[in-house]
Amino acid sequence: MVKEIERAGIPVVHICTVTPISQTVGANRIVPAIAIPHPLGDPSLPLEEEKAVRRRIMNAALKALSTEISEQTVFDVD
Amino acid sequence: MRLELGYIHITDIRFGDASKVEDGVLYVNAEEVEALVLRDERITSVKVDMARPGESVRITPVKDVIEPRVKVEGPGGMFPGVISPVDTVGSGKTHVLKGAAVVTTGTIVGFQEGILDMSGVGADYTPFSKTNNLVLVIIPRKGLGSHEHEHAVREAGLKTAVYLGELARELTPDSTEVFETLPLTEGVKQFPDLPRVGYVQMLQSQGLLHDTYVYGVDAKRILPTLMSPTEVMDGAIISGNCVSACDKNPTYVHQNNPIVHDLFARHGKDLNFAAMIITNENVYLADKIRSSDWTSNLCAFLSLDGVIISEEGFGNPDTDLMMNCRKITDKGIKTVVITDEYAGQDGASQSLADAHESADALVTGGNANQVVTLPRMDKIIGSEEYVGIIAGGWDQNKHEDGTITVEIQAITGATSEVGFAHLSAR
Amino acid sequence: MSKKRVVHYINQFFAQIGGEEMAHVKPEYREGPLGPGLAFGPAFGDHAEIVGTVICGDSYFNENMEEAKAELLKMIKAAKPDLFIAGPAFNAGRYGVACGAISEAVKNELGIPVLTGMYEENPGADMFKSAVYIVSTRNSAVGMRDAVKKMSALALKMLKDEPIGASSEDHYIPQGIRVNLFEKDRGSKRAVDMLLKKLKDQPYVTEYPMPAFDRVDPQPAVKDIRSAKIALVTSGGIVPKGNPDHIESSSATKYGRYDLEGVNYLSKNRYATAHGGYDPSYANEDPDRVVPVDMMREFEKEEKIGSLYRYFFSTVGNGTAVKNAKAFAEEFSKELIEENVQAVILTST
Repeated sequence: MVKEIERAGIPVVHICTVTPISQTVGANRIVPAIAIPHPLGDPSLPLEEEKAVRRRIMNAALKALSTEISEQTVFDVD
Repeated sequence: MRLELGYIHITDIRFGDASKVEDGVLYVNAEEVEALVLRDERITSVKVDMARPGESVRITPVKDVIEPRVKVEGPGGMFPGVISPVDTVGSGKTHVLKGAAVVTTGTIVGFQEGILDMSGVGADYTPFSKTNNLVLVIIPRKGLGSHEHEHAVREAGLKTAVYLGELARELTPDSTEVFETLPLTEGVKQFPDLPRVGYVQMLQSQGLLHDTYVYGVDAKRILPTLMSPTEVMDGAIISGNCVSACDKNPTYVHQNNPIVHDLFARHGKDLNFAAMIITNENVYLADKIRSSDWTSNLCAFLSLDGVIISEEGFGNPDTDLMMNCRKITDKGIKTVVITDEYAGQDGASQSLADAHESADALVTGGNANQVVTLPRMDKIIGSEEYVGIIAGGWDQNKHEDGTITVEIQAITGATSEVGFAHLSAR
Repeated sequence: MSKKRVVHYINQFFAQIGGEEMAHVKPEYREGPLGPGLAFGPAFGDHAEIVGTVICGDSYFNENMEEAKAELLKMIKAAKPDLFIAGPAFNAGRYGVACGAISEAVKNELGIPVLTGMYEENPGADMFKSAVYIVSTRNSAVGMRDAVKKMSALALKMLKDEPIGASSEDHYIPQGIRVNLFEKDRGSKRAVDMLLKKLKDQPYVTEYPMPAFDRVDPQPAVKDIRSAKIALVTSGGIVPKGNPDHIESSSATKYGRYDLEGVNYLSKNRYATAHGGYDPSYANEDPDRVVPVDMMREFEKEEKIGSLYRYFFSTVGNGTAVKNAKAFAEEFSKELIEENVQAVILTST
């Protein structure tokens, strides 16, 4: 899906846990997630901390969308 | 480690007043089995049923299939750390009721249980259409959580298999087979001119209905480690998963791991079967990296020349498979990988979620998206209520004439990634 | 039972008209089998016979492809065939292209089964392997006997309306479509055999050559993310409870489009996952862990983004064919473009 959205002309960031698959398949902007069953959350944390983790990943996603790239890039989550 | 398997060939299964094996017939006292299963207070009811090869019977949703075995000599008991106390198994003597199996079914836990047809086209795709099956239809207590539900059903199946296995304790096997793995240096000396071959088994370890247990330890919490291949024959690895039913290994397949058996068949002839390594397929990327690093290091540490790597599942585990293959190949070791494919119902899509050029010797269990229409069956054990929602089914796939259309993904054991089945694709 | 009618295509060389110097000859029709066509007779037995042979020079065909095809089609049609065979062309490039092209044309125009044969490296193989069955042959006419055996066996299957097996069973060049088959040996034994060959540096055939994935150039960055309209898309299967669109838990053939108007977060009472490939307990406990609507709403308030697009799109990425996923995205991307969505955040489980 990610490639078709990009092909249609919309910049897209792929948030996923298994970034190697995303790279093999050909996503361009990639942000690593926590785990497969809970990419944007961490059930082991209290709610407030879990939301902070989600915020950090989403911040990275916004940064990825705002960054010019020329090749596949995996962005760090601060 | 040396293990002798004594096979008692079972050609039929029947209800009887006393549970026993006589002239190749397995007689089962249903009340005893019910009482055994109902000892678990999480289970409110169990129905004991039977399904024989060729019968017009469909079992669904199937959770696990287990072979009845009993340890007659040597340390430990069947399913150590789960049913028997923890102790190292894999040596001595074990008796097997060959041709019999315990199948667990009942209400559905997730989307992931399978279909097992005893006749018709579906029977061609599942190895368990050829076994004489004792089927447990298990209904859990109302309100029981899905993890507990899965756990209760899993244990009921294993306990019943142990109960049946006990019937073989005093019997004289119809045939025997011996398997032996020597300690590292002795193994090298035994066949110094043969290539040293290892087996890397990847265990599904992704959560509910996706777990595997090693001596009772949840495989997602293990680091890759070494085993004697004979340990699995005594139930050291059990299945807590059946997602999607086609390519997950039921406990029966762990007990009879075909790669272990086929490597032993060539051991001392054209290869030296040195070791078995188990690893996991976790949901965190760091785990995937760590486990594949560790696995490849173990392969190098054992001075292996060749390795067979088997996957369990698909999607993100394809990455674990490719990481293992790449890293082991990078150590100068020749690899063959076994997987299966999700190429779409028309077979035209990409088969794997991940790929790497090092995976240049690949055996496939076939395209799991292939569609089959299964005939109407006279008898359903379990319920057909779920065939539309299990993986490989879809809304309205059950037709008026009683036939069901599914992807073979929904058929238990159809595209085995340890090569237990004959299906392939080109 | 009357014999089925077969028309056979060969080039000037196999028609014994001549070599390169005669490659310019125009299409002609001759009654009955000729050259390699004679070898098909015994294999066809009582089932079929070659009633006519069409011949064309390789240069003429390749330099005048449209005319040549039209002329040949007229001749072939007149012979009322039940099946059409071209070649085998072995490694002869122009002959291979001609065999592929005329077979494809006959298949499309006359609607009858067709087949040809050539060496896998023949340029015609790459051009036509997905359009017609091309039996894999050796690279020269030394392999004629073997090629005729395999081609006639496949031809008879087609004439009898029997299902065609996998490429390895019926000896054709893989068409890029995966076909299941039952092997004599179980998978584990095939793996052991393959490893032994690899260890001895002997040739072996992988059952699935590694694919090459295509690439898309990255789109330019979003200029001002603070004013951008952003859409959420997921392959994690989050849907309104009850799964109103009946998205499959695996091998999805559908996706859903769900309204977020007035939705500030994804409540576990109203949303759940339909995905059958991962432990659903965490996503069901808090669906924002997969589709972060809660955070997007906070970002809106904080003016870190312009707005969250009114709908989110969801499918199950579990054994789902790439072709399906591609079609979903093609479809909803049109809406996103029309609605001026400037960026997409896609989450996967």
